[in-house]
Amino acid sequence: MSHVTSAVRTPLVTGGKTYADVTEDISRQVEGKPTREWTIAFTIAVVVLIYGAACVFWTWWEGLGVWGLNKTVGWAWDITNFVWWVGIGHAGTLISAILLLFRQKWRTAVNRAAEAMTIFAVICAASFILMHMGRPWLAYWALPLPNTLGSLWVNFKSPLVWDVFAISTYFTVSLVFWYMGLLPDLATIRDRARSKVSRYIYGAFSLGWNGSAKTWARYEYISLILAGLSTPLVLSVHTIVSMDFATSVIPGWHTTIFPPYFVAGAIFSGFAMVQNLVLIIRVVFKLEDYITVEHIESMNKVITLTGSIVGVAYLTEFFIAWYSGVEFESYAFINRATGPYWWAYAAMMTCNVISPQLFWSRAIRRSVVWTFTLSVIVNIGMWFERFVIIVTSLHRDYLPSSWAMFHPTLFDISDYIFSFGLFFTLFLLFSKFLPVVNMAEVKTVIKSSSEKLPASVSGVAKGERVTNPTFNKNID
Amino acid sequence: MSDAHSNSKFLVGIYDDDDVVLQAVKDVRKAGVKIHEVYSPFPIHGLDVALGHPRTKLGIAAFLFGLTGTLTAILLTFYTEGYDWPMIVGGKDSYSPIIYVPIFFELTVLFSALGMVGTFLLSNGLGPTVKPLMYDLRTTDNKFAMTIDMSKNDIGEGDIEGILKRSGAAEVNVKQF
Repeated sequence: MSHVTSAVRTPLVTGGKTYADVTEDISRQVEGKPTREWTIAFTIAVVVLIYGAACVFWTWWEGLGVWGLNKTVGWAWDITNFVWWVGIGHAGTLISAILLLFRQKWRTAVNRAAEAMTIFAVICAASFILMHMGRPWLAYWALPLPNTLGSLWVNFKSPLVWDVFAISTYFTVSLVFWYMGLLPDLATIRDRARSKVSRYIYGAFSLGWNGSAKTWARYEYISLILAGLSTPLVLSVHTIVSMDFATSVIPGWHTTIFPPYFVAGAIFSGFAMVQNLVLIIRVVFKLEDYITVEHIESMNKVITLTGSIVGVAYLTEFFIAWYSGVEFESYAFINRATGPYWWAYAAMMTCNVISPQLFWSRAIRRSVVWTFTLSVIVNIGMWFERFVIIVTSLHRDYLPSSWAMFHPTLFDISDYIFSFGLFFTLFLLFSKFLPVVNMAEVKTVIKSSSEKLPASVSGVAKGERVTNPTFNKNID
Repeated sequence: MSDAHSNSKFLVGIYDDDDVVLQAVKDVRKAGVKIHEVYSPFPIHGLDVALGHPRTKLGIAAFLFGLTGTLTAILLTFYTEGYDWPMIVGGKDSYSPIIYVPIFFELTVLFSALGMVGTFLLSNGLGPTVKPLMYDLRTTDNKFAMTIDMSKNDIGEGDIEGILKRSGAAEVNVKQF
C-alpha cells in the first residue's frame, strides 16, 4: 500500500476526512435538490444554447454566406473555434492518463471534472466541423463508406480524413475512459439512493458494479492500459489537427514545428479551462478540502511550463521564417506582428507568453483570484493564437491581388456563443447528476494525504497526527 | 453475476480499514479458511495477490484487439486506395503505407480500447440489466467485506466467526443467497 507518504508532502485532502466523509461530501450535490446558483447558471446556459442553436440553424438554412468568409479567407472563426475547443479537450485525458502513468496522485481530485470537460469540449469542437461543412446532413461523406457515385472513397492521404479518425477515436476512448472511471461512484450513488427512480437509473448505469477484489484488480489493470493508449492519442490528435495546416503550402502554416507547438498549446489552454471550472466547482459545491491550493498550484505549474513552450514556439517560428530565406514566409510573420491584425497578435503574445510567467511567483500561483483571472486570459490568448494562425496566414498570401480582410458577422459570433451554451449546459448537467470528484480514487489517497489515520491502523492512535511516518513495504 | 450462489450461506466479515482487511486476508487464509471474495469501496493494491487470484489476461486481449485494429486499417486503406480506386495525390504512390500511419494508429487504439473494455465487462459479468449481489451496501461507501462461502469450507461457523473477529472484523453477519 502506498498509504503513508513522506512528511514533507503536503496533504492532498485536508480537513481530516474519513472514507464516509468523502462519500457524503461528494454525493451531496447529486442527491440533494438543485441549488439556487445551479438553477440560475443552468437557466442562463440553456437560454444561450437555444439562442445559439437558432443561429446555427439559420446558418445552415441560409448557407455559410451568413458568415464573414470570402474567397481569400475561407476558414476563419469556424476552424479557430474548432481548434480552440479541441485544445481545451486535451487537459482531461492528460490529467487522467499521463498523470496516472506518472503516478501523480494530485490528479485524483480534478480528473473527473477534467475528463467531463474533455468530452463536452470535443462535442463543441465537432459542432464546428459540422457547421463549416455547410451541409451537415452530408457529414457521412467524410467516412470511408461505399457510395452511389461508384468506387469513390475518402482520400486517406489527407490530414482532414486523419482528423475524422483522430477526433472520433479520441472522443470514443475519452468517453469510455470517463465512463469506466464513473462506474464505482455510480454504484455508490445507487446504493445510497432513496427513490426507486434514481436506484433504477444509477443501477442501470453502474452496470451491476459490486466492488469485488477481482473486479477492482481488472479495473485497475484496464485503467492503466487505457491510460497507456490515451497518452499517445492526446499527442496524435493535436498533431493531426496541426497537420491540417502544416501539410498545406500557405505561408505561416507550412511549418514543421506545428505538431509539438499545437500539442503544448492544447495542454496550455486545456489546463486553463480546467482551472476555471474546478475553481467554480470547489466553491459552489464546497469542495475546498478536496480541490486544495496544492492542486491549483500543480496545475499552474503545468500552465507555466506549457505557456513557456508555446512562447518558445512563437519565437522559433519567427526565427525559421527569417532563416529559411523564403520571402513569403518572412512576410507572413512580419504581417502578423505589424499588419492589420497586429492587435490580435499583440493579444496572443500578451495573454500567452507574458501573463503565465506571473505564475513564477509562489503567491500568485497559490492565489485563487489570480489563477482564475490568468486562466481566463490564457484561454482568450489561445483563441487569438488560432485566429492569428488561420486568418492572418490566409488574408495575405502569394497574390496581393487576392488580399482581403475578414470581419466577423453576427452569425460568426452567435455560432461561437452557441458552443458556450452547449458546453455549459452539458457541464452543469454533469455537475448535478454525477459526482464531480472521483470518490473511489480520492479514497485511495486519503490516508497519505489526510492529517489523521483511523484508530484501527496499528501503532497509530485515533486522531494522532502522523509526524514521523514509516514507509510500507507493499508500496505499489 | 458470476459469483451468485443459490441457497448458499455466507459469513460476511465487515472491516473498517483497508490495511486491516489486507492483513486479515493473509491471516484468514493462513488459518485454513477459504475466502470467497473481498469487497471494497476502492482498489486495494496487493489484495488480489493476497487472495491468490491469478493475474488478469486483459492485457493480451488489448494486444489482440489492437492487432485487429491495425490489420483492419491496413486492409481498409489498401482495398480503397491501393486496389479499388487508386489515386496519385501530391506525387505519392497510390498505396504508400507511411502516409496511412495515422489511420493505422487511430484504429489500433480504438479497437484495443473498445475490445479490452468489452472483454472487461463480459469477464466481470457487468451490464445495464445486471443486478449486483451485494453482501453489504456499505462496501461501496466506507466498509470492507470479506465473504466466506460456508458450503466451500469444512470449518465450523463459530470457528470462522472467531477467526474473522480476531483478524480485525468489526462485525460478522450471516447472509443467505
